[in-house]
Amino acid sequence: MNSVEEIKQWYKAEWYKVAHVEDFPRNGGVCIKLDNLQIAVFNFTSRDQWYACQNLCPHKMQMILSRGMIGDKNGIPKVACPFHKKTFSLETGENLDGEDYKLTTFPVKVENQHVYVGLPA
Amino acid sequence: MTCKKSESGKTKKVIVVGNGMVGYKFCEKLRAKAGPDRLEITVYGEEPRPAYDRVHLSEYFNGKGSEDLMMAPRSWYEENEITLHMSQLVTHIDRENRCILTHKGNRDLYDKLILATGSRAFVPPIKGTEKEGVFVYRTIEDLQAIEQYGRKCKRAAVLGGGLLGLEAAKALMDMGLKASVIEFIPRLMPRQLDKNGAAILQHKLEKLGLEVYTGRQTEEITGNGSVKSLRFSDKTDLDVDMLVISAGIRPRDELAKACGLKTGERGGIIVDDCLKTSDENIYAIGESALHQNMIYGLVAPGYEMAEVAASQIVRERDKTFTGFDMSTKLKLIGVDVASFGNPFTKDHGIPIVYEDKLKGIYKKIVVSDDGKKLLGGMLVGDAESYNSLHQRFLNDIDCPENPEVLVLGARGDAAEGDGVENLPDEAQICSCENVSKGDIVGLIEDNELTELGEIRNETKACTGCGGCTPLVKDLLNHTLERLGKSVKKTLCEHFEYTRQELYSIIKVQNITTFDDLLDEYGKGDGCEVCKPAVASILASAWNDLVIKQDTIQDTNDRFLANIQRGGTYSVIPRVPGGEITPDKLIVIGEIAKKYGLYTKITGGQRIDMLGARVDQLPDIWQELVEAGFESGHAYGKALRTVKSCVGSTWCRYGLHDSVSFALRLEKRYRGLRAPHKLKGGVSGCIRECAEARGKDFGIIATEKGWNLYVGGNGGSKPQHAMLLASDIDEETCIRYLDRYLMFYIKTAEPLNRTSTWINKMDGGLDYLKTVIVDDSLGIGAGLEEEMQKLVDAYRCEWKEVVDNTDLQKKFRHFVNSDEPDPSLKFRDYRGQKVPDGWGS
Repeated sequence: MNSVEEIKQWYKAEWYKVAHVEDFPRNGGVCIKLDNLQIAVFNFTSRDQWYACQNLCPHKMQMILSRGMIGDKNGIPKVACPFHKKTFSLETGENLDGEDYKLTTFPVKVENQHVYVGLPA
Repeated sequence: MTCKKSESGKTKKVIVVGNGMVGYKFCEKLRAKAGPDRLEITVYGEEPRPAYDRVHLSEYFNGKGSEDLMMAPRSWYEENEITLHMSQLVTHIDRENRCILTHKGNRDLYDKLILATGSRAFVPPIKGTEKEGVFVYRTIEDLQAIEQYGRKCKRAAVLGGGLLGLEAAKALMDMGLKASVIEFIPRLMPRQLDKNGAAILQHKLEKLGLEVYTGRQTEEITGNGSVKSLRFSDKTDLDVDMLVISAGIRPRDELAKACGLKTGERGGIIVDDCLKTSDENIYAIGESALHQNMIYGLVAPGYEMAEVAASQIVRERDKTFTGFDMSTKLKLIGVDVASFGNPFTKDHGIPIVYEDKLKGIYKKIVVSDDGKKLLGGMLVGDAESYNSLHQRFLNDIDCPENPEVLVLGARGDAAEGDGVENLPDEAQICSCENVSKGDIVGLIEDNELTELGEIRNETKACTGCGGCTPLVKDLLNHTLERLGKSVKKTLCEHFEYTRQELYSIIKVQNITTFDDLLDEYGKGDGCEVCKPAVASILASAWNDLVIKQDTIQDTNDRFLANIQRGGTYSVIPRVPGGEITPDKLIVIGEIAKKYGLYTKITGGQRIDMLGARVDQLPDIWQELVEAGFESGHAYGKALRTVKSCVGSTWCRYGLHDSVSFALRLEKRYRGLRAPHKLKGGVSGCIRECAEARGKDFGIIATEKGWNLYVGGNGGSKPQHAMLLASDIDEETCIRYLDRYLMFYIKTAEPLNRTSTWINKMDGGLDYLKTVIVDDSLGIGAGLEEEMQKLVDAYRCEWKEVVDNTDLQKKFRHFVNSDEPDPSLKFRDYRGQKVPDGWGS
């Protein structure tokens, strides 16, 4: 959460309480439903960080990213799609294999053991 | 034809008498130094075939034909313009006229003559050696005769417990004979081993089924016409149907003697350091040459002599022969034996000995009185440290402060540096071809060589006895590393280890979670490459439930089902051997109908139900488990199926019950996780209806048992499985399979099928055979034990989930809603449903 864009996003967000921290696996994600939106939320335990992005993998348009494996590439936190192992930065949503589609990411915060996802207001 | 001297001083024609390994090597070396325009070379061999590899003669019995043993085909001689006369014995040398005469009456002139006449087997003066069934062990003809005669024998004995005698005994055992070895001296391998070392070796060999009689003097070979028994000096008898004599060699010096060359009292053509005989135009090399009262009965010194003689003839440089290191390492009937330097302490040095009678290991080194220099040593049962010890000895490298670490290995602290990096450049790496460390490193640096094969081609290192191969490999890797070229197949940026190394770390350090491994041995957060690879190793090492660490699994292993287009999963219950009852078929049909699943028969003789939503999986499996099904592991890098044909219970051609065997195997290895998926097949006869040779392991019935094939694979590069062992019984087959699969699991790179693994393996199938069948690494029992642990630890993953509501929690699409994924869309297709749309 460093860039000006991200900080702006954070302040402008409308926060939705989506789940309890215990609903999450360690170092893994779940899918949450917000109206008609599907959002993948990740509990990145090894970094003590939370990330959220669209659940749809833009490569083959599959609602699947929450089931993806997370990790890092040269320090950048990422998620790998289970279908073809396309990887995306969890910070910027950029595809890390040099392909030109990207993910929308969302801010996440945890308060009183509850996980909140911020959508643009 | 008259003999005429060519003009003196200038060598134009060289004749070589004898076409064994050394004679051949001499031709090769001489031709490399002088082309056909400069020098004419003619070879006379009394054997009816070109030179062959006598060192590996006993492999003739392992199915190697004489073609395989050939050093070079006839065409090699033609290409190099060397005249080869086979089946022609040189009977006389006319030194005055520089001319030879053959038994066919042919004469031939020479400027220089090379005697590479070799040696013959020594037959001790015992009564009865002329009887039928008494052989020597020397030439391919001897072997052929032994093999033929052996077919009607049950018991055979070898006279002579030296190196070659034990090799002969191994050949007899391989022929299925009950074999005994008789040695006059009270211990085996008296030239290489002391009493204790020999005792350990004897014990090991006896355990492998060889009978050993030491300290026995054979007085008479009895029998009416053919051998029936051996009578020892203590008047006891040993009944045998065949006797192979391997009591040492005697140099073939009769030709030299006849023309008046100086020979030794106990045989051998006397040569000086230039390998010249008492006639300056005649050289002697190999086993017929007597150099400083020593006959060298090994191939490496013979090759060195060939090099020296060739250099002398072209007057290239002042190369001389000054004796040779007779160190040796070999595997005798599966037991490692090595000796180097002077391993006896009769008049010098202090011994340091390690002896483990339980494991059958004996290691002894002899150090100088001040403890600084290594003078020699012997190793029995475990010769892994031979190369480093031998190099230390050859290069006169000082011993570490506590020389016992050379025998015992370093304890705790970092090991003493005795790797290749510490050798001087002049260190000899390949003694057969005299290749130094500097030669090899220079080639790697200057010619940018990166493969062992390239070094082999350039230097011929590793092509003689093969003993230096590990050293050359180390040297290659080390040099490449030093040059900054990556040689290590590390897993990914998070682990600087290969899969094999991680497997060892996990086993040795008792690591059971990815997080612990990453903390201790990795960096960063891991990724989609290392996580499933480590998950697979953990599963292979401990066979714990994969769902306990579900987020390091690929999605298939995480949800115990195969993900399909649209994000639904397929369900495949295990149907061992493809055998299924009508009732079970009905259960599958009913479940598929109830959950609206598409059904299809798989290639592995089971039934796939596709289109299950993630939230339906536990319910579907609850019903399957209740009906007696278990997970088919179709989602895992694990054993899939063991396909079978209908076998002898029904089939009119079937030889054995292939279905029962397939069932047994599939049940044994179910749930076994591996670097990649594993498939098996069992066919009841040669018609091979189970297509077993397309599998990682395939078993085909024969009249006498089963043939076991390994490394087959369909996929993008189809490959037939190759024969590992033939005519074995079920138990042996399972033992070999345990070893093979465990060895694969432990050493393959991630996502390498068995075919790729074998293709990449140094030595390929032949090497694999020695490890699995001959147990050349001595790890067979350990592998079997590890496999048994995995087999015992098996639990059906789906049953665990069905029985545990906590584990079922993750089987839902949304964490905050029970709704299924609303984006799932299906369409009708030939009466069943299929996913609709696949984004582009």
